[in-house]
Amino acid sequence: MSDVLARLKGVSRIYQKGKERVEVLHELDLEIPDGDFIAIMGPSGSGKTTLLNLLGGLDKPTAGTVSVGGAELSSMSNSQLSKWRSTHVGFIFQFYNLLPVLTALRNVELPLLLTNFNARERVKRASIALDIVGLADRARHYPRELSGGQEQRVAIARAIVSDPSLLLCDEPTGDLDRDTADEILRLLQVLNREHGKTIVMVTHDAQAAEFANRTLHCDKGTLEAKEAA
Amino acid sequence: MMRGLQQVLAVTWLNLRNLPQRVGSSIVAVIGVAAVVLVFAAVLSMAKGFERTMISAGSEDTAIIVRSGSTSELTSGLSNEQVLIVADAPGVLKDGDDSVISAELYVVVDVKKKTSNTDANVPFRGVQAGAFDVRKDVTITEGRMFEAGKNEIVVGRSAQQEFAGLDTGSTIRFGQTDWNIVGTFAAGGSVSESELWTDVRILQSAYRRGNSFQSVRVKLQSSGSLNVLKTALDEDPRIDPDVMTEKEYYSGQAEGLSKFIKIIGYPLTILMSIGAVFGALNSMYSSVSVRGKEIATLRALGFGPTSILISTMVESTLLALIGGLLGGATAYLVFNGFQVSTLNGPSFSQVVFDFAVTGDLLVDGLYAALIIGAFGGLLPAIRAARLPVAQALREL
Amino acid sequence: MKYFRLIWKNAWRKKVRTLLTILSVFVAFLLFALLSAIGFAFRGGVDVADAERLIIIDKVSLINLLPMSYMSRIASTDGVESVTHASWFGGYYQEPRNQFGQFPVDPQSYFDMYSEFNIPEEQLEAFKQNRTGAVVGQDIAATYGWKIGDRIPIQATIWTKADGGRTWEFDLEGIFSTDDPRGSSALMLFQYDYFEEARAFAKGTVGWYVLRVAKGADPIRVANTIDLQFSNSPNETKTSTEAAFAQSFTKQFGNIALIVTLILGAVFFTLLLVSGNTMSQSVRERISELAVLKTLGFNDRTVLGVVLSESILIMLLGGLLGLGLGWLVVQGLAKQMAAFLPGVFLSPGAIAAGIGMMIGAGILAGIFPALKAMRLSIIDALARA
Repeated sequence: MSDVLARLKGVSRIYQKGKERVEVLHELDLEIPDGDFIAIMGPSGSGKTTLLNLLGGLDKPTAGTVSVGGAELSSMSNSQLSKWRSTHVGFIFQFYNLLPVLTALRNVELPLLLTNFNARERVKRASIALDIVGLADRARHYPRELSGGQEQRVAIARAIVSDPSLLLCDEPTGDLDRDTADEILRLLQVLNREHGKTIVMVTHDAQAAEFANRTLHCDKGTLEAKEAA
Repeated sequence: MMRGLQQVLAVTWLNLRNLPQRVGSSIVAVIGVAAVVLVFAAVLSMAKGFERTMISAGSEDTAIIVRSGSTSELTSGLSNEQVLIVADAPGVLKDGDDSVISAELYVVVDVKKKTSNTDANVPFRGVQAGAFDVRKDVTITEGRMFEAGKNEIVVGRSAQQEFAGLDTGSTIRFGQTDWNIVGTFAAGGSVSESELWTDVRILQSAYRRGNSFQSVRVKLQSSGSLNVLKTALDEDPRIDPDVMTEKEYYSGQAEGLSKFIKIIGYPLTILMSIGAVFGALNSMYSSVSVRGKEIATLRALGFGPTSILISTMVESTLLALIGGLLGGATAYLVFNGFQVSTLNGPSFSQVVFDFAVTGDLLVDGLYAALIIGAFGGLLPAIRAARLPVAQALREL
Repeated sequence: MKYFRLIWKNAWRKKVRTLLTILSVFVAFLLFALLSAIGFAFRGGVDVADAERLIIIDKVSLINLLPMSYMSRIASTDGVESVTHASWFGGYYQEPRNQFGQFPVDPQSYFDMYSEFNIPEEQLEAFKQNRTGAVVGQDIAATYGWKIGDRIPIQATIWTKADGGRTWEFDLEGIFSTDDPRGSSALMLFQYDYFEEARAFAKGTVGWYVLRVAKGADPIRVANTIDLQFSNSPNETKTSTEAAFAQSFTKQFGNIALIVTLILGAVFFTLLLVSGNTMSQSVRERISELAVLKTLGFNDRTVLGVVLSESILIMLLGGLLGLGLGWLVVQGLAKQMAAFLPGVFLSPGAIAAGIGMMIGAGILAGIFPALKAMRLSIIDALARA
């Protein structure tokens, strides 16, 4: 837990909505050490999703710099960011966002289409990822044939298949019941502790946040660390 | 029963009011049908226009005599003696002592089409003095009639419009002979207007036809006289004729080309209609899926499946009707009266005619539109009526 | 194409919708195949016309006859390698509607001139030896079910016989075919000598001459030389290349090509609307999926390509099926129509144009949805979901 994987310095994000200027993030500083698992909590509109988008290169700050794994995201072009994303970061969303027309295996394979691996290699790696999340026997099922928890696990497999160092989760358990949510969170812990993935998880569920190493609170565009109660 | 009807009307009205929300796919259905009706009307109006021109030429009171077995005047041949036999035959109208008769002969000459500046085969007909009397509605509209014995021509109105160098007062050269154009004639829009006329004796000598003719036209004493004339001529061993009314003759001439246009036009329309049905099905399925919530709500409120089905059919049929009207109107505005000319096989020469977008064509087009609308709407309507209400509501 | 599975699966998202769209494309290209083939026939064999054959007709009117005496003078003209002649007989078989070309010819020189006609040696010999012999093209033989050895009666409309009769009888000595599938063999040929002897009038005349230009000679110059030779004579001539002659007829049909183009234009316009609508619906439904692809690292251009490929794929599926069926139908249609509209043929050029149009239409139908997909903002798209 020594090197810093991600660093935000003086980051502000301002949206122009017609005549209104909305400052979602205000001169934020954040350092995320490699191998950390942090939860970010806060009321809606507090900017936590924006923070996640910036870390993943989906958005650029209005001011300040964002660097992940030594790459300075704020100065990269859109196509450079695309390329970077495909190997350095994995996303996990609240609503899974699997492609309904593909099987679980093919969904997991998607990020690998952007690499130079041949077909056999891609299938092999996708199968390994599915195995890690415990869904090897569901490889040929379509999303509509899977439960919510299973879909999320497929999404996680997709997120790790190209072996990124950083996982960004936006309300990953928001749509799941308690027991299933716990399963997912335990899986995330395994990925963090046994596979060394750095995880940033946005959530409004305090119980989910407990699975992380530490929690930060995001309010009105700024971050504060609060000790878990 | 009344309540059922009220339901249907209510749902249908609601559906139509919501149509603007489904503008995209609705427009696609409308234009698909419009295209079918447009092409149908355009292609078949050619056949209609051609037929009209050919057939309007034919009079019921005029008989035409050609050599038996000729497929057209061009392939027929009659001698001067045979013409005299016809002139004296019973059933022929007389004006004083003279029969109302015109023995004729035509050749095909090259004239340039104005639009494409390429050569076209135009009929150059030699006629006798009775030519105007044996036909109906023929009048000189400009200049004067040619004088017998001179190299003078009168040109048909359509021919003048379609081909170059045929203005009254000008001179035209065919082969080694110059001809003066002294007048223009109209013939009720019929095929005769595509021709050039001169004195038959002059034509015979210019083209070295001796004293032979191709056809004889006579005015009948009454419409019943045809059989009298026919019998008399059939029984005469010196002549071997086909005798028919001019109307019959021209119908036969028109048959080939107009049948050809129809053989192409009807299958073309059917194929396009099938394509339009696929397009309409697509639009209607999409419309039904967009209305999913609304339908589910209506069902939950107690509206029966029949009302849903009928409302969907009405939507589909209405859109198709609009398309049909649009296509028909466009065909009428763009094509009706548009003049073209083409080569008619049997006469081996040009016929000038207009596209005729007639009322019955437009009605046929609307029938086609309705059929497309019905087929395009039926399956989606059934699906809409059978939509599983509970599931649709759950997705709300 | 590693993205093929993705493209294919996305195309079939809503099976019924895709199937209906493919069927619309299918109909459009079936129409295209049929109309192209018919349009080709109206070009009157212009494409098959031999560049080195010239046709000589009477200058004043096509239906006037030329003197037989011209033959030797034409043959000895500079630049002329060989000459033959033919005439329009214009009869029918059994019923007036069974009309097709019948020409009295000189057998050997005619077949020498029209080398694309294939006939077995012995049949040609039999024809030459039999004064009342005739040969027909295989299209005609097939239409009327004639076999070698049959006696064929033809009713003359123009040419009464010297004995007053109008039925001419011929012995079928051979059946010929043409090399080129685009050309037509809807002809009957019989002996000029018999025609000359038995006809009642116009003896010593022919309908037209056909000559072959000598190697290296300029066809236009030869044509002019011939016309000059016979100018100021009672029968002036008009000599043109075979292609120009064929064209002079097709041009008279008015602008068939234009009409065909307009109809196809209407058909394709509608097709683009239907497919464009399908594609835009398809994209609208999966904005969030496309956004996810972008988060995974698919760049803008790849997303554009995936959507556009889907549109092109649908066009190709329907279009190739339509062209395929169209090609089969044209084969049968050509035989049916051989007697009155010869040369119905789906040319390779038309097929290539068709495939080009499939791709073009696929691009046009898909471009706006594809651009929309390319330009979507990931954040907005995901936030909306």
